[in-house]
Amino acid sequence: MKEFKVLMVDDEEDFVRTLDERMQIRNLDTSVALSGEEAMKKLEESPPDVLLVDLKMPGMDGMEVLRRAREAYPGVQVVMLTGHGSEADEIEARRLGVFEYLRKPIPLDQLMRTLRAAYKKKLEDSMVAASFAEEGDFDTAREIMKPEKKNK
Amino acid sequence: MRSLKDIISRLMEIPDEGTTPERYRIVRRNIAILMLIITLFPLALITAINYLDYQTALRNETLAPMRALVNKAKYSFELFLTERLSTLNFISSAYTYDELTDEKNLNRIFRILRREFEGFVDLDLIDSYGNQVSYAGPYYFQGNNYAGQGWFEQLKVNGIYISDVFRGYQRFPNVAIAVQHVPEDGREWIVRATINIDKFDNLITSMNLDPESDAFLINRQGMLQTKSKFYGDVLDQPALVPPKSFEPVVVEQRDSLGRDVFLAYSYLNSTDFIFVLVKPRPWVMKSWYASRADLLIIFLMGLVAIFVVVLRLTDITMKRVKESDDKRLLAMREMEHSHKLSSIGRLAAGVAHEVNNPLAIVNEKAGLIKDLIEYKADFPDKEKFLNLVEAIIQTVDRCRVITHRLLGFARRTDVEIQVLDVNEVIKETLGFLEKEALYRNIAIKLNLDNNLPRTSSDKGQLQQVFLNLFNNAFAAIENGGTVYITTFERDEKMLGVTVEDTGQGMSEETLKHIFEPFFTTKKAGYGTGLGLSITNGIIKRLGGEISVQSKLGEGTKFKIYIPKETQQHMGHFK
Repeated sequence: MKEFKVLMVDDEEDFVRTLDERMQIRNLDTSVALSGEEAMKKLEESPPDVLLVDLKMPGMDGMEVLRRAREAYPGVQVVMLTGHGSEADEIEARRLGVFEYLRKPIPLDQLMRTLRAAYKKKLEDSMVAASFAEEGDFDTAREIMKPEKKNK
Repeated sequence: MRSLKDIISRLMEIPDEGTTPERYRIVRRNIAILMLIITLFPLALITAINYLDYQTALRNETLAPMRALVNKAKYSFELFLTERLSTLNFISSAYTYDELTDEKNLNRIFRILRREFEGFVDLDLIDSYGNQVSYAGPYYFQGNNYAGQGWFEQLKVNGIYISDVFRGYQRFPNVAIAVQHVPEDGREWIVRATINIDKFDNLITSMNLDPESDAFLINRQGMLQTKSKFYGDVLDQPALVPPKSFEPVVVEQRDSLGRDVFLAYSYLNSTDFIFVLVKPRPWVMKSWYASRADLLIIFLMGLVAIFVVVLRLTDITMKRVKESDDKRLLAMREMEHSHKLSSIGRLAAGVAHEVNNPLAIVNEKAGLIKDLIEYKADFPDKEKFLNLVEAIIQTVDRCRVITHRLLGFARRTDVEIQVLDVNEVIKETLGFLEKEALYRNIAIKLNLDNNLPRTSSDKGQLQQVFLNLFNNAFAAIENGGTVYITTFERDEKMLGVTVEDTGQGMSEETLKHIFEPFFTTKKAGYGTGLGLSITNGIIKRLGGEISVQSKLGEGTKFKIYIPKETQQHMGHFK
């Protein structure tokens, strides 16, 4: 049984494939997308627990992926991992609701800790949502979880 | 006048490029010379004109009285002689030849003559053949014949005669005068008299001449006819014969005593006499010399004053110019420096960004190798390979630290202001280094001002600054060394913090560069050379100041000033 499900988005294939392999060794259910567009497709097909996204990509960039993911799949926690990333980018990402903003290169254990924390956050959110649901406040629960809306 | 034009254009030319001492020297010289010329030229001109005017005026003023005196004396002498001649004329006309021939008559006339006119010594009657007919006077009648003598011939031509001075009765200086009477019937006779010319001396004495001056009569051969104060007695030869003039004239001459003198003279009418007035030049020009000295003193004083003022003024002006030039240059250098820093920052950030991605790949690849080795139980030389891979990962980590610091160096950071106690921040920061201090046996001497006012500043940034300075101090000292940390209130606006170590110190060359990015004295791989550059940037951003003093072998002292109130907008590092 895998720990949880991570979708990794990065145009640097060499990097993301290697990371993918290491994650799998560490018992994570990982998948890879090489562009923002592909990521959006995979999100739709099977939403992960955590989305790990690069910032600078040709086509749809990480910031756009973040924005759309938060919009459409609020239950999915997003971690940004970038080699560029200015202060302004970080501020913008946090404004859009990124779980954490990390800089490449990063020791794997630190990345793992962050991903686990993100997953924990997701579980907490859903638990909170469940408790709201138990008390009959379905609006709040829905607000927290925002069930996967296919079309907006 | 090509050369003059060249000189003028060289003077007007002021080089406007560069700040070399040479340029200031040229500008200063040109301004000084121009100012001196335009001030000194009129002064010199006026002085020269004054000098000449003054000289002429004073000369005329002193020489005119001399001429007047000579004129007056001339008339006195002429009057004296004319009077005597008239008297003889009267005698020869009023009496007949026969009456005068009678010695008794002649004696009577002579007595009256002596009573009425001074100076008559004797009187004789001479007939037209030159025979002495009768005589009245101190000598005996001798019956001389004067025919053929020079004076007699002259008398026959001119009708009157006045002799040069000769030593007469009792060796008094005498002059002989004679008139010829021509009656209607054609039988002429001559009345001749000798006159004592003591009276001449009286006339000269009555002029009241100053002691340096001299006045006398000479004849046309230059023989003295009256006593002279300086040139000898009567009939001596003073060798001064001025050119002929019957009007008073003044000439400058060197006299027989070697003195420069003014010679005022006039020829006397109808005699061979010349009246001469001699005044030594220095005496006459005394007042001129005094005036000239005044003039020169004023000129020299003006000269000195102008020189002093002009040079001083030029000095001050050039100092001002130099100061403002220096200021401008400094401002330009500072601007250049900050431009340099900002472009270095941008470059560094760009490099860091570009390096991060490949670095991440290396990191993951190495990590994967490590993973694979670890998960395979029977991997040959497992230990060795794991060590190798670990070394790669650690190296990547070192690179990461560098690129992240580079990004931090270039990052635009907003200052987050909060009220804080600088002493507290220092103590907190020292907490990070406690272990190292303990391990290396480093003594930290705190001399914190307990009354230090609280400050509004950025805690994170201050911590970074202190950490940097403490780290540097620790790096500079041997184990067992001491670091002194002091806080104080500099004035109502600034707080001061000094961090002093007893370490190895720095050379002057190092001191010049320590705030520049990428400057480091540490071994390659042990420092980025950004610490003090970042520290400097932060301090500037907070509106503070940082300075450093160091001496090789004696240690280093960093001094920073932090404003008590940090302005939010002091902002960004560009």
